Amino acid sequence: MESRAPRFRHLKGSVFWIICGIALAAIIAPAVAVVVSVLVKAAPELKWSLLTNTTLNVQNPGLQNAILGTLVLSLGVVVVAGPIGILGGIYLAEFAPRRAGGFLRFFSEVLAGVPSIVIGLVAYTAFVEALHWGFSVLSAIIALSLLTLPYIVKTTEVSFSQVPRSLHEAAIALGLSKITTIRKVLLPPALPGIISGMVIALAISTGETAPLLYTAGFSDHNPTPGLFNNPIGYLTYVTYYYVGQPGARDQALASAAAGVTILLVLLLIFGGRAITARQRKMVARLDV
Amino acid sequence: MILVRRRAGGPPTGPARVARTRSHELSTGDRVLQWVSGVAATIPLAGLLFITIILVVWAIPAIIYSGFTVFTSDKFFIGSFYNPNFSSVNGIVAPYGASYGALTFIVGTLTSSLIALVLAVPISVGGVLMLSEWIPRRLEGPLSTFLELLAGIPSVVFGFWGLTVFGPFLGAHIFPALSHLGVILPFFKGSWAYNGQGLLTASLVLTLMIIPIIASTTRQLVKRVPVLASEGAMALGMTKYEMVRVVTIPYVRTGIIASALLGWGRALGETIAVLLIIGMANNPPVNIYGTTSTLASTIAADLDSAFSDGTGMAVRAMAMLGLLLLIMSLITNLTGRLVVRRISSEALPVGRGV
Repeated sequence: MESRAPRFRHLKGSVFWIICGIALAAIIAPAVAVVVSVLVKAAPELKWSLLTNTTLNVQNPGLQNAILGTLVLSLGVVVVAGPIGILGGIYLAEFAPRRAGGFLRFFSEVLAGVPSIVIGLVAYTAFVEALHWGFSVLSAIIALSLLTLPYIVKTTEVSFSQVPRSLHEAAIALGLSKITTIRKVLLPPALPGIISGMVIALAISTGETAPLLYTAGFSDHNPTPGLFNNPIGYLTYVTYYYVGQPGARDQALASAAAGVTILLVLLLIFGGRAITARQRKMVARLDV
Repeated sequence: MILVRRRAGGPPTGPARVARTRSHELSTGDRVLQWVSGVAATIPLAGLLFITIILVVWAIPAIIYSGFTVFTSDKFFIGSFYNPNFSSVNGIVAPYGASYGALTFIVGTLTSSLIALVLAVPISVGGVLMLSEWIPRRLEGPLSTFLELLAGIPSVVFGFWGLTVFGPFLGAHIFPALSHLGVILPFFKGSWAYNGQGLLTASLVLTLMIIPIIASTTRQLVKRVPVLASEGAMALGMTKYEMVRVVTIPYVRTGIIASALLGWGRALGETIAVLLIIGMANNPPVNIYGTTSTLASTIAADLDSAFSDGTGMAVRAMAMLGLLLLIMSLITNLTGRLVVRRISSEALPVGRGV
């Protein structure tokens, strides 16, 4: 390249960087466009009655049943996927032999790549149909848990392995048992990371539709106790279903649900990020 | 040159793991925790096996019924349930006229995801290079938030936006201009739906959905390019572009390939956004704007009508479509993650790159 005229080399560089600039714009502009245009569409529909009425109300439909249903399902994910994922992450970080750990980690990440509709279809055939659970809260929670488990495992493992080596060594020098080491030494600095992983898992389960369509069913009523044969409403379905309906009132409801969904999910994601950022600072201070 | 062209690798980052205590040194409490957490750690693998086994078992009758026509026929019809006669092939009974050819959906899935991939890779890599080489460090953080924003937008919101805002915009302003390309590339010729529903709109939305996966991996790897190599390149009198071409790109290439495979896997399986945007026609697209369906969107759209099949074959046909989709996404995922094992796997996001 030394033989070429410098002007030609600079021209080539300029063209390359202009293309890169366009590419960066092609990332930023749509991200802003999606959020802004959905929120602008939703803004006029965000009324107090969304929280007090259910989708059953024909005159003035609201989202109460869908919001409560999404909360119930998220709580279920915390209860089911939370402990399993955190324990699994602890095993991978603290106990697993190198090869077995690599093997389990690999397939956990592969599970994260399974399309969500496939998980929904399997939960439908296995639980809703074969086990006769019907459209049910439990089959929906299992489907969402399968979907979010890999994230929780991964974030827990990463949080534990980011704890400075000096703390591990200090615990060993003190002759602490593994359980005490984990509880008293490693868990406090790892906790914010684990929580942020859980928060992101919640964001994912709040935003998913495909695994719920044929497991949760949908209900225009508020959630009732009962894990089996008990369909439940959720936010994303309202957008999915009503955007395909012709009426102006239906379209308005779809917009409102899309706005509420995006607000909730972004709140969770950036909340989770803020926790992670704080943890990094804290861990950096701990290292001696 | 030899020094900077070496394969991406480098020393492991982060604190090295402390040697693990042997199990005979563990107390009872420790052993219990080891066992319980060990069981928990196998649950993702068990889940993956469970998903595969259920789909295979459920799909077998539909596979026997259709044989190889799954791949060769584009006639997908779950049969007329009210006809007193039944169709029987290879001893399997299905509603009259049932035919489970999946060619349309396979073509729809592959074309929509490949168009998305071809667009997303250069956009992600170019955008990240711009971000890391030219944008002041103060602005880099805030600008990268947009990647997280894109990763966080739920599928159904993308679908809603594509159906009500983006599609109509494309149909009114962009497609008329694009159709002039038809002179050179015939598949750009022809008509499109007034609201933009169809293959190209779906592919463009898929592009946005997989950019975060590719971009976040590239960004992490670009940060790890050895300073000595890039500064050395500048010291040799290379322009910034030449430095990127000779030092940065070779260093991140493997990571880009791996994350592109993961992104492809995600585009293959994306359901609700595609279902709302692609138009759900039961035929291959007539041109690049044409309506069609994918495997994932067909499962989501047709499973409820499959319930009413008394012979149960329609649900099994859906399981067969699910199995095809699972195989495709496992191939892309396994290859992507195996490729990346040679570099640090921490750079690769789990799932959608949130």
